[in-house]
Amino acid sequence: MTDELRAAVAAGVLGSEDQYRALLQSVVDVARAIFRAKASSILLLDTETDELVFEAAADEASESLIGKRFPSSTGIAGFVLVSRQPLVIEDVLADPRFSRETAESTGFVPKGLMAVPLLHEENALGVLEVLDRPRDARFTLAEMELLGLFANQAAIALDLLQRARRAQSALLGEGELGVLARVAEALEKLRGDEDGSRESALRLLTELERLL
Amino acid sequence: MSSRRRGSYAAGVSEELPAWSLTAEGAERITLPEEWPGEITREWAWGGATGAGARVCVLDSGIEAGHPLVGEVEQSVAISIEGEEVIIEENDTEGDLCGHGTACAGVIRSLAPNCELVSVRVLGAGYTGSGAVLLEGLRWAIEQGYDVINMSLSTTKQKFASLLHELADTAYFRRTMLIASAHNMPVESYPWRFSSVISVGSHEQEDPYTYYYNPAPPVEFFARGVDVEVAWNGGGRLVCTGNSFATPHIAGMAALILSKHPELTPFQLKSVLYLTATNVGGGA
Repeated sequence: MTDELRAAVAAGVLGSEDQYRALLQSVVDVARAIFRAKASSILLLDTETDELVFEAAADEASESLIGKRFPSSTGIAGFVLVSRQPLVIEDVLADPRFSRETAESTGFVPKGLMAVPLLHEENALGVLEVLDRPRDARFTLAEMELLGLFANQAAIALDLLQRARRAQSALLGEGELGVLARVAEALEKLRGDEDGSRESALRLLTELERLL
Repeated sequence: MSSRRRGSYAAGVSEELPAWSLTAEGAERITLPEEWPGEITREWAWGGATGAGARVCVLDSGIEAGHPLVGEVEQSVAISIEGEEVIIEENDTEGDLCGHGTACAGVIRSLAPNCELVSVRVLGAGYTGSGAVLLEGLRWAIEQGYDVINMSLSTTKQKFASLLHELADTAYFRRTMLIASAHNMPVESYPWRFSSVISVGSHEQEDPYTYYYNPAPPVEFFARGVDVEVAWNGGGRLVCTGNSFATPHIAGMAALILSKHPELTPFQLKSVLYLTATNVGGGA
């Protein structure tokens, strides 16, 4: 099977862009809640343009950020991405050069920031940030570990999102294979139906395969 | 600050010393320049030392020279790649593009106030190509024969692993101690996983001189890395957490030890760090 065919079939079976976005949204929502933070966001690396793009944000003020981009080695998020090292920083305001442009575009400048790289296999896919966690206790390594666990989850979600996007774009490039995606999608929807229509459709497809 | 240069094994020393095999008469010629004391204490290791004479390279985002917690920076170099060409700017004026390198430099300075600090900037040109720039920056730094290279960064790219491994071993044989941040997640990244470097993770205590040897590698030492007050851009200070702040604590102590015992090889330096670790002989 060619890559395009696989992609076409996969595009029908894979979750939609919206579903992956919902998964990322749930990661940032939970991260924000667990750390009792003011905000949390996920930035995805766009390797084509070498930029970081806001993909998800857990507070209303930051929702307008989604889709915003900045150069991949800018500020703390950029450092975390390139160095692959998680960082926790308090009093970010004390740093006059802390991603001023990015911070201003978000509408608020955080006092504290936790940032962790989203690593999947050998690739850094993006960065998970948790902003303004209450400063009522010393930071602990247990929290760092928790942040790492969230990062793993977010990295898997980002990887799935990217795969889905690649599959969709391969499909757009091969318009005539769109029917395969639609058939795969329809079959996927019929899974679990008990009226036998899925079996009938599969028998028909088997006949079609024989014919081809 | 006086600068100290020392020949590599390749430049001269190996002609006189038996490098590959040891004949009967050769045994006399490898007498060590200093007698190893019966017991290694912190007092022997770095008592009275200021770091003077030790050359420490910070491979990072740059260093803000003149920061009150950093002071003088001997040289600032920037590495970039254009096409196939590696560009080494030996008088980089960009300073620190993030603040992180300044933070590391400040920690080293706090422990070894008179050491010589050099910045090799390998960050700032974007994510794409960052692995190659890291590799070239490390190569350049090793060629300069620094005593210590502080690397609070790593790459996950498999294609750089063997080249980085080769460079780490070259540094080890040329008496440059590579001190690198470990990952606090189960991630395969380099060069901290190689045994020719000293890898550092964090502990939660506040004493900058408390550090532990880890008998269950790959992470070999744990140093202060939680809620550390560090230098940051614009003459500022921040409170930071991460293995990348633990690493310069060990680098600073390595600079202290080497300023007092410049003849130590990386193997011996690692042994001294082990013997003086808080959970070994340094807790008393």
